[in-house]
Amino acid sequence: MAAENNFKNMVLCLFLVCLFCGAILGSVYAVTKKPIEEAAIAEARAAIAEVLPEGGEISEPLKSGEMEYYLSRSGENINAYAVKSSAAGFGGPLTLMVGVLPDGTIYNTKVLSHSETPGLGAKCDSDAHFIAQWKEFPANGKIAVKKDGGDIDAITASTITSRAYSLAVQNARNLVKSLQHK
Amino acid sequence: MAKNNLSIITKGLIKENPTFVLVLGMCPTLATTTSALNGMEMGLATMFVLILSNIAISLIAPVVPDKVHIPVYIVVIATFVTVLQLLMQAYTPAVYRTLGLFIPLIVVNCIILGRAEAYAGKNNWWKSALDGLGMGLGFTMSLIVIGIIREILGNGSIFGWKFITGDGILAFVMAPGAFLVLGYLMVLFNKIAKK
Repeated sequence: MAAENNFKNMVLCLFLVCLFCGAILGSVYAVTKKPIEEAAIAEARAAIAEVLPEGGEISEPLKSGEMEYYLSRSGENINAYAVKSSAAGFGGPLTLMVGVLPDGTIYNTKVLSHSETPGLGAKCDSDAHFIAQWKEFPANGKIAVKKDGGDIDAITASTITSRAYSLAVQNARNLVKSLQHK
Repeated sequence: MAKNNLSIITKGLIKENPTFVLVLGMCPTLATTTSALNGMEMGLATMFVLILSNIAISLIAPVVPDKVHIPVYIVVIATFVTVLQLLMQAYTPAVYRTLGLFIPLIVVNCIILGRAEAYAGKNNWWKSALDGLGMGLGFTMSLIVIGIIREILGNGSIFGWKFITGDGILAFVMAPGAFLVLGYLMVLFNKIAKK
């Protein structure tokens, strides 16, 4: 039933199959390229809107070293900063969007991506008590879990995740401070 | 004939259930069934690839020389998986975020290559499509069942609807729970399938 196993048939068959599959992939990539980019932008916008106070014009993404941040401006005034901040969690990088006011107050935080253990560290984006602590966290508050002498209640049995979360927020606040001293 | 078609589909559900009876595709089974919804999404994604690759392979099988049939099948399967991945990224980014890591792994899911080898390479495209549908449904159903049990025991919820306040038995959300649930269900299904 199958074609004969000679060299010419095998090469021809693989060549045609790969050519055809390549063509399909190329066209699907071309069609989906724009929607994928739009989805990523929409996601970033939605996250920024959630961590910053309402109003103000959101800037294009800006870079400071490795970190990416956005400004919320009304006219010349900077209302707030949204910083994309990352730290090593228990299962991989934990990436947050952190809203910081110019005085150093943490306005709000949101998890962008994580690979923490389901049921333990993964609660960093669902545990109501843990998330609520970050809302309007005062500028003079110490960003660290209580075990380390800070003001944050860690998620039960997930100290490493909670530490990573604190570190990411801390880094975001430090970045905002350094931006202001410029 | 109609009865015959139906039996091709239903054999995937119980008698030749890919997860509990054929024991194929264990990696995604164990990894993505932390909740019923995740299990279902993974099952449907696999079914999509399975049906399309079964059809494509049954059509090209007669002209593929035996010695290169495995590389050809893999290229075809990988193409469909990548197409699925791009489509999900573009149109269902939320689903892609939960399953993202496991989508490329559908390529190496033994169910798909297994069905290509055992069925699609020897049957016509219509029967192969039905076989893909049946196996896909069987796989999806298995993942949902495991997902529901693990979600109830581990988190006290079904499809995200929480009916127990407080925490569940944590072990069931993690790997050991997956093995336990899978083991007991396998016993149950083999008992049913043997009848």
